[in-house]
Amino acid sequence: MKESMKDINGKGDFLIRFGQAHESFRLAEIEALARIAGVELEVVSYSPSVKKTSINSSSQTPFTHVRLPSVSSAKQIISRSILAQSVHELWGQGDSLSLLHDDVRKSSSHLFARYEQATFRFSVDSFQGSRTKKEQVDLINGFSFVGFEGPIRMKDPEETFTIFEEWEFDPYRTSSRQEGGKGKKSNAVINRSSSTEPKKLYLGRLISHSSRYLITQFDLKKRAYISTTSMDAELALVTANVSLAAPGKLFYDPFVGTGGFPLAAANFGALVFGSDIDGRALRGTAGWTGGTLKPEERCLRGNFEQYGLKGRLGDVWVADLANSPVRTGRGERWLDGIICDPPYGVREGLRILGHRNPPADPSPQVDENGVEKHKKPDFIPPKRPYSFHLMLHDILQFSFATLVDSGRLSFWMPTANDDDLEIPVPSHPGMHVVSVCTQPFNKWSRRLITYRRRSALEMEGETLRKDFEEYMAQMDEARRKERDVREGGGRQADELNPFRKAYFSTERRRIVEEARETMTPALGKLEFKYPDLAGTALESRGEEKSLYAEVLNYVNYVVLYYLYKIERVVVVMDGGRVAEDESPREDLAAKEDSSLAKLLAEERAVGSLKEK
Amino acid sequence: MKILTLNFLTCAVKACKSSAASYPLHPQEVELAKDEMEYNPQAMLNFLLRLDWAALRMTATELGFATLPEEMPTAEDLQQDELKMRQLHELLLETHVVSGKLVCGNCGHEYGIKEGIANFLLPSHLV
Repeated sequence: MKESMKDINGKGDFLIRFGQAHESFRLAEIEALARIAGVELEVVSYSPSVKKTSINSSSQTPFTHVRLPSVSSAKQIISRSILAQSVHELWGQGDSLSLLHDDVRKSSSHLFARYEQATFRFSVDSFQGSRTKKEQVDLINGFSFVGFEGPIRMKDPEETFTIFEEWEFDPYRTSSRQEGGKGKKSNAVINRSSSTEPKKLYLGRLISHSSRYLITQFDLKKRAYISTTSMDAELALVTANVSLAAPGKLFYDPFVGTGGFPLAAANFGALVFGSDIDGRALRGTAGWTGGTLKPEERCLRGNFEQYGLKGRLGDVWVADLANSPVRTGRGERWLDGIICDPPYGVREGLRILGHRNPPADPSPQVDENGVEKHKKPDFIPPKRPYSFHLMLHDILQFSFATLVDSGRLSFWMPTANDDDLEIPVPSHPGMHVVSVCTQPFNKWSRRLITYRRRSALEMEGETLRKDFEEYMAQMDEARRKERDVREGGGRQADELNPFRKAYFSTERRRIVEEARETMTPALGKLEFKYPDLAGTALESRGEEKSLYAEVLNYVNYVVLYYLYKIERVVVVMDGGRVAEDESPREDLAAKEDSSLAKLLAEERAVGSLKEK
Repeated sequence: MKILTLNFLTCAVKACKSSAASYPLHPQEVELAKDEMEYNPQAMLNFLLRLDWAALRMTATELGFATLPEEMPTAEDLQQDELKMRQLHELLLETHVVSGKLVCGNCGHEYGIKEGIANFLLPSHLV
């Protein structure tokens, strides 16, 4: 049994009720919010985070017991949280209902009188379980010993008390209502596991709801201007929280796109800046829209206007992070936070300024009239592929050079789930890793990595200086290698991008093999999965000798479909956006000219089809 | 582009970073406008200390604004002087360059500003 709920330091015990998503982000967010509030947070109990490769984490408890200095600090922290649903003053807990009753009596009886006359309501929140109305009423009536005399208000009561239950995960559990005999799902009762009581219970007094409503408010579907790589609203807001966005702070996104991260940071009060190598993204001539807005509203600024945040938009400019105009090494470091989801070159190539094949003559290029090309108004500077690792280094080095002491960098990075292919968290001697949060998908994950800029004081000392020198030497070496690969003709994006390479080499091979298996019966016996497709084609020709050609067509079609499946995964990887329509046939035509067709051409080129 | 932002940016050419002449960039042929921004004195006090005051004075003078005092006002000064604070707010956050160019005093490269958005992309011979 727990000790008294109010310990000697005058700290209070609280229960955070999380939403059921993004488990590995929860503590990082709450700890960041405690830091913003300047409050000491003690996590009393939290089950270990889920395995990074597990998507199905439904058994992860959404209840976290924390200790905080005061009710107001609990409110301050959770009212800004995206991943929490609410915070409650913890009145008691127990492994069974009777133990919970005992604990409430023991720990919180001094509070009963305080709420004796208040309007109130009780509710039941069962995690992985459910209760009938009658069971709920019985549960609630079990707490009549608190002796509240105030009127019960279901709507807007002064105080809300919640009985939280945590049940063992049981896919066969049905509510007792169904058990009770409508007969519909009676077979489920047979499979029911032994757990007939929750494994843990809590009683809490509601202190504050969270900012989860912002997920709806910032929903991409309702945003005027987004692109295929826009981060979903929930994770953009979490990113802003983890990086400590707050009123008066200056935030910057060097890969700003349509402005999703700066919007989130501005919502929490920061003055935000952004840049992008693609000017169309800033001006609004790229991307698509869901509404009927005018072109001038369909741009990054339009998004800020849509949410009433224009007053917190500092500036946006067109620039390349590898050739950034942001001042460094001169004057004060000026940024409080850097947040971004860099392009990893999975879907769109990762590019920086420069020539693929630098001309021997380094002087400016001129046109036939002797005018320097770069001075013409429609000049588009050439860009070249770039290395994934060097870009990560650029981000870390840039952050180190521009963030104030203890300023935070939060960026997203994909990695394969396979241990052999996992890409380590990049390190920098001047940047301390604060948290690594993982969002798992089937074959890969993406991570939100947050760093804190070490202070000058921390950085003193011989060891660190050495670390620095070593690090810089490593990076120079990496840069040399990158140049060698590039100049040695290795200009394919894959060669500069280990993630892309690892992902595609394994994933594509697997999917193409799966496609071949599907195709084999088609080739052998003409047992088509889609008989109408083949049948129609054959009849229309009426010639037997085209049979082989038609089969090959079909085979190509199947391969294209499977390659399309890769494309879909890639879309998700690049920004969480998935095409609604999964029909392969319609996409055949629609995607004819897209990168998909190129992929197919590549597959053909390597002769994978010729074998058949 | 706001006057504030001009203070945080310099020439994108790597070779210019070490030259004092490359900062601040010199605005030329500019069209200026004013847009209302959220007045937040607390936020301003936060970032005023990070400004390069001499560079700000130069930019303001080149744009034809009344000269700023030689020394950066202290936080205490500003807290007591709302008028000064509002003037700075107007200059730093509300005044912005709609079009024109920014010229590097070292290499002479010109960065265009269109629709309030500056373009710092470099041709390949400067990368």
